[in-house]
Amino acid sequence: MIQVFIKEFNSFLNSLIAYVVIGVFLTTMGLLMWVFPETSVIDYGYADLDTLFSMGPYVFVFLIPAITMKSLAEEKKLGTLELLLTKPITDVEIIAGKFLASFALVVLALLPTLIYYYSIYQLGNPVGNVDAPGAIGSFLGLALLGACFCSVGIFASSITTNQIISFILGAFLCFLMYTGFESLSTLLSEGGQALWLKQFGILYHYESISKGLIDSRDLLYFFSVIGVMITLTKTILGSRQWQP
Amino acid sequence: MSLQVQNLTKFYGQQKAVDDISFTVSEGEIVGFLGPNGAGKSTTMKIATNYLPPSSGTIKIGNYDVANQPLEARRITGYLPEHNPLYLDMYVHEYLTFSSRIAGLNTTKSRARVGEMIEVCGLALEQNKKIESLSKGYRQRVGLAQALVHDPQVLILDEPTSGLDPNQLAEIRKLIRNVSRNKTVIFSTHIMQEVQALCDRVVVINRGKLVANDTVPNLLKSQSGSTALIIEFEGGVSLDELKSITGVLNVEEAGNFKFRITGAPGIDLRPEIFRFAADRHLSLLGLKQEEGSLEGIFRELTAAV
Repeated sequence: MIQVFIKEFNSFLNSLIAYVVIGVFLTTMGLLMWVFPETSVIDYGYADLDTLFSMGPYVFVFLIPAITMKSLAEEKKLGTLELLLTKPITDVEIIAGKFLASFALVVLALLPTLIYYYSIYQLGNPVGNVDAPGAIGSFLGLALLGACFCSVGIFASSITTNQIISFILGAFLCFLMYTGFESLSTLLSEGGQALWLKQFGILYHYESISKGLIDSRDLLYFFSVIGVMITLTKTILGSRQWQP
Repeated sequence: MSLQVQNLTKFYGQQKAVDDISFTVSEGEIVGFLGPNGAGKSTTMKIATNYLPPSSGTIKIGNYDVANQPLEARRITGYLPEHNPLYLDMYVHEYLTFSSRIAGLNTTKSRARVGEMIEVCGLALEQNKKIESLSKGYRQRVGLAQALVHDPQVLILDEPTSGLDPNQLAEIRKLIRNVSRNKTVIFSTHIMQEVQALCDRVVVINRGKLVANDTVPNLLKSQSGSTALIIEFEGGVSLDELKSITGVLNVEEAGNFKFRITGAPGIDLRPEIFRFAADRHLSLLGLKQEEGSLEGIFRELTAAV
């Protein structure tokens, strides 16, 4: 697994992918946070990171499927997947290695935004007047959301050999997972069922964790999504072994 | 470590790709796996590496059943898939290190083996280049080095020489011969000279069925029971005269005073022909024994039924 991780991560760093992903993410977030008047913290008046945490997921919806779109689709197309699958490692190790490499890149893109926290901290009146637990929870939530999107993206990449299809499908599934359930639940008038449906979506748990309360139910939800997606991907890879 | 294929059958949907084939490659042997395109060679090799499951039957590598103990079997197997897939954006050295580490070698051992492979496969000048910038011959070497880097006892090579020019062909062949000492090797090809140059034994399959499993000399002998001679005289000889020579079964005219003579099995006609010519004061211009060629055998064995 570690070998696959190292290889994948190196391939991000050796190509332009890593730099483009980090550059685009930081540019977008920087513009939204500090420059565009509609969302800028400076004009807003309150020292918080809301813009980052509410807009970040939407940037991830497009950026993460772009990172993961080639992970399995390209290997399938080039035939290297056959080579990899006949090495003495299990299918899960391959998927996990690729998942962790994509996630590591997401974390790498997220790390510089800690500077935003420092800036907000300094901008508070008095200095340091920020919701620190909220920010910690939100950073954790954004990282977990990134991890979920990575697993969804790798799943999308496993079902096709075409990278464009993989990207579009990945972005669609991420979007659906993020806000789809929330929007669907508004169709239901009954409170109980609407809440039940809402809880399937990432947004519900992301908002919950963003309040600064790190609830085991939310953590369990994120890890379950990742687990289910990796299992689905493993099933797709294992389908070559199915007998008629 | 030997490779045993027992009653292997593989269906793709309704289509039978491999039909109940059994053969063994014993330790230290190089076996050529022949067959026309679509005969089931690649399928058999994919099953041998557990990429695909068999519909029925087993393949054993050493003592490991490939389907039940895939990881153990893969650890002692080196595999070069058809079309030699490679990570084009990796450097040669980096790729070989990755291949060796993923096969379970530790850092020191991996470094030693990668260095050795680069030397053996003649990649010293190319080791710091990206694979995408290499020529086909060098890519093939990288593919072989990748299959060999963890020092496997069993080598499965799927068309290792397809699409190479004659010089590269000779080099890759030499390389396979060098690296395959003390290893069990099975490689598929449809180049007959290659089989003659490399193999101890040949396994031929056609439409999924095993049609031959023998050494090259035995196959050559078995092609046709009788031997044929091509002889050429300066002139003055007739077909009937030749037929009267003892041991001659059939004579065909093959040109101007040129004949193709088939003799009874096990009889060498050449001394008789010489005596015949000397007795009649004929000038014998040519006398050649017709060799059974592997191409001929291949065509004979795999002719459409």
